[in-house]
Amino acid sequence: MSYETIKHPGLNLGSAHGRDHDAAEGMVFGFWVFLMSDAILFSMVFATYVTSVGATAGGPGPHELYDIKSVFVETLLLLASSFTFGMASLALKYKHSTARLIGWLAVTLVLGVSFLGFELHDFASMFSKGGVPSRSGFLSAFFDLVPLHGLHVTGGSIWLICLVGQIAMYGVDTQVKLGIMRLALFWHFLDIVWIAIFSVVYLAGLT
Amino acid sequence: MIEQTRDGGDAATRKLEERKEFHSYVWGIALALVLTLMPFALVHWAAIPRFPLLIVIGAFALVQMLVHFRFFLHIGFKQKREDLQLILFSTLLLTIMVAGTIWIMASLALRMTMPGSP
Repeated sequence: MSYETIKHPGLNLGSAHGRDHDAAEGMVFGFWVFLMSDAILFSMVFATYVTSVGATAGGPGPHELYDIKSVFVETLLLLASSFTFGMASLALKYKHSTARLIGWLAVTLVLGVSFLGFELHDFASMFSKGGVPSRSGFLSAFFDLVPLHGLHVTGGSIWLICLVGQIAMYGVDTQVKLGIMRLALFWHFLDIVWIAIFSVVYLAGLT
Repeated sequence: MIEQTRDGGDAATRKLEERKEFHSYVWGIALALVLTLMPFALVHWAAIPRFPLLIVIGAFALVQMLVHFRFFLHIGFKQKREDLQLILFSTLLLTIMVAGTIWIMASLALRMTMPGSP
């Protein structure tokens, strides 16, 4: 049975948060519209990648360049960070201590930054094997798609740091709550995009 | 059914709801882990012909996306209609554009291939 109507995607604050819950409806829906347009953008870059996956022009291909173990670790890191952000959302919704909220956000940030570290290491090892973006159409498309996701994660991490700063300055007020809820959607959305990347780019490339 | 209580219920109700939502996240990550491990294991260890393996990877990815939408983004049928409708419409656009692009470009590549070229 449901106690309350669900007003928007993501974890709803619920009526215990009073007017903050009402303020979230429009704000979060608007952000959801942006995420869907971002999904369209990603899908077109995916289409570009799929159409140029065979265009290696004699250069190194997926089998020479991709490292399945590293991609697996990145996948687990991002998945774990989605879960820890979920815990942060629960800490926000059920009004646990601010320390607990910041703790979960910090763990999420560490996982996100570790993901980026592994990804940069992957790119460096691809470069050392001659897999630079200018080498072939395949590599141009690869470095269009995968770093675009990495750039999103970087943006999300910067946003997360800003939110922690806001909490330190102003406490958990309406603006901070709405910010955390939107970043939660962004973070979970990026994990969904990563599912498509590890399936379409890495796993399909290594079959 | 009365679907809204403005006072938010008592503490016990909220405690119960929190447990339920915590378990939902645990279910989400457990299912996502299994759905991630399976295709990685298949690609790494199993000797399956390429085409069936691609289909299997795609199926696992789609199911895992649904799991993430359900357990992490809390999309369901009980909420405002617009949220789900927006996802479905975006998925429709996305499918038309991606499938169309791949179809046209594959067809072009096929037609442009000169006899004797690699």
